[in-house]
Amino acid sequence: MQPAEILSPSSSQNVNDRERWLSVVIGSAVAVYGLTRRSIAGITLAGLGGALVWRGASGRCPVYDSLGITSVAESDGERPNVSIPYGRGVRVEQTVTIGLPPEQIYAFFRNFENLPRFMSHLQSVTVLDDKRSHWVTKGPAGSDAEWDAEIINEIPNELIGWRSVDGSQVDNAGSVHFKANPGDRGTDVKVILRYDPPGGLLGAVTAKIFGEDPAHQVKEDLRALKMLLETGEIASTTGQPNGVPHRARLRERLAEFAR
Amino acid sequence: MKAVCWFGKTDVRVENVPDPKILNPHDAIVRVTLTAICGSDLHLYDGYIPTMTKGDILGHEFMGEVVEVGSAVTNLKPGDRVIVPFPICCGRCWFCKNDQWSLCDNTNPNAWMVEAMYGFGGAALYGYSHLYGGYAGGQAEYVRVPFADVNPVKIHDGLPDEKVLFLTDIFPTGYFAADNCDIKPGDVVAVWGCGPVGLFAMKSAWMLGAARVIAIDRVPERLRLAREACNAETVDFEEVDDVYDVLKEMTGGRGPDACIDAVGMEAHGHTPDALYDRVKQVMRIEFDRAHALRQALHCCRKGGTVSIPGVYGGFIDKIPFGAAFGKGLTLKMGQAHVQKYVRALLSRIERDEIDPSFLITHRMRLDDAPEMYRTFRDKEDECIKVVMRP
Repeated sequence: MQPAEILSPSSSQNVNDRERWLSVVIGSAVAVYGLTRRSIAGITLAGLGGALVWRGASGRCPVYDSLGITSVAESDGERPNVSIPYGRGVRVEQTVTIGLPPEQIYAFFRNFENLPRFMSHLQSVTVLDDKRSHWVTKGPAGSDAEWDAEIINEIPNELIGWRSVDGSQVDNAGSVHFKANPGDRGTDVKVILRYDPPGGLLGAVTAKIFGEDPAHQVKEDLRALKMLLETGEIASTTGQPNGVPHRARLRERLAEFAR
Repeated sequence: MKAVCWFGKTDVRVENVPDPKILNPHDAIVRVTLTAICGSDLHLYDGYIPTMTKGDILGHEFMGEVVEVGSAVTNLKPGDRVIVPFPICCGRCWFCKNDQWSLCDNTNPNAWMVEAMYGFGGAALYGYSHLYGGYAGGQAEYVRVPFADVNPVKIHDGLPDEKVLFLTDIFPTGYFAADNCDIKPGDVVAVWGCGPVGLFAMKSAWMLGAARVIAIDRVPERLRLAREACNAETVDFEEVDDVYDVLKEMTGGRGPDACIDAVGMEAHGHTPDALYDRVKQVMRIEFDRAHALRQALHCCRKGGTVSIPGVYGGFIDKIPFGAAFGKGLTLKMGQAHVQKYVRALLSRIERDEIDPSFLITHRMRLDDAPEMYRTFRDKEDECIKVVMRP
């Protein structure tokens, strides 16, 4: 098999070359392993492996398709001052209404060291200077990542835009927008995030399957921000008593999952 | 401590569990002195509310003595006697500020679950499934009370527990139901269900100026209490051919001005629609049995109000929406905004205008909970309201 043939470019392609190679290699291995198992589970695995090989060979991923994402870059030449080229990576947009004037929310957000207080996947943010900060996350399945970010756009009380600087572990860019509502309806806070997840988009899809859906995550983080700013605390039941000891509950969950 | 825990359909047990701790700055810990089983707890008992997990502590009607407060609670101190409303509210969001407390934005850590089911989610509740926040309930020796700076109401020592306990839920819920009827002089208010909420709705309808109150049920002792304690005219739906005909006859052919469905999702009936619901609910095609609601919509006069304090959880079939539309009805419903009413109702108790303890039939210990859930569900032993002392 000539790799050059497999990897011939096509307009409907949404998987990049590096990922296509990975798909073919991993898919073949999974298929072979599955076939040697001689069981229902093995046949399923073989099917999955076959699908991965097809994904690599065709360069088309139906999962990416349904998620509206692609890992194929617009052009080969990376443009300067853009962390994530247009059309690449994962894009998330979420909005929440907070019952405070924009000035107060902006001031809280502008001090990036406040972010880990409501963003559950952030471990810490250290402000380096007026524009730059260092971010450390708790990634899915213990895959920590860190990067430096710089503010690239800012209108006081209206918006803050930032992006990761070159050479980051996770290329990302984001903005937060504050818009006062008429009457007593507070402020709409909108967050737009774009990032290139570690492990490629395959990693992002895996994360989604295992419950680390970034859109859900951002939504829950914004809900936590609203709780924190409106009430001074984030609602929680972690640590309350229950009639079934924690470990037994965990065992039951695992047993349920296995079924 | 001892706590009443849910383990499955018709399986509640009194278990030894760790004591609750302060988890957030606005928390308090309350030592429970009296708690009750609510009719809505029976929906959990019968397994009709999703997202319960084994070991969840039940109970949302409780009162007691503050034993510890979090760093941000300044209006309470250990030793204070309090009643605790069943919706957990932050007191700061748009909904709380607009007196729609049970729709609070900020107390349910699992709001996303409710959003997936209902579009938007409201306040968390004590001991009422993970959908409603998963907070440990008050059928226990101790309970953690979030936002203790806004929710609990202090009670002075002169008032016994039994007189004020029902301020936590059923009295304000009944009052909310009657308040939703927008009662005008001369109004006839019909109430489906002579359980505790129905009985308090009847009492409240009088307080709000109703001219007549009609009660509909089939349980003799409940109908008797409606007649004797709540001054209602009663209709036993098993003794009459058609509730609609009877109500129409009683109201000069007009129909009741307001109808209150204080029954909710587990209605009993013997008409074809009730049987149809029963079959679908058993087969898990339909969550709720809405016989009482259908009848209320059908019986209500033109331009009247149907108020629904009875709990519904999911989808219901065969709702006569054409009747609601054709008669221009107003529908009002939801979990009661307890915090909106609780202080005014406490004043009525202090002024001796009402003694809510009139409907207590069973005074038990917390250890009796498993047996009492069954007794209450089966309406055995003339059971109307169970209170338990830990």
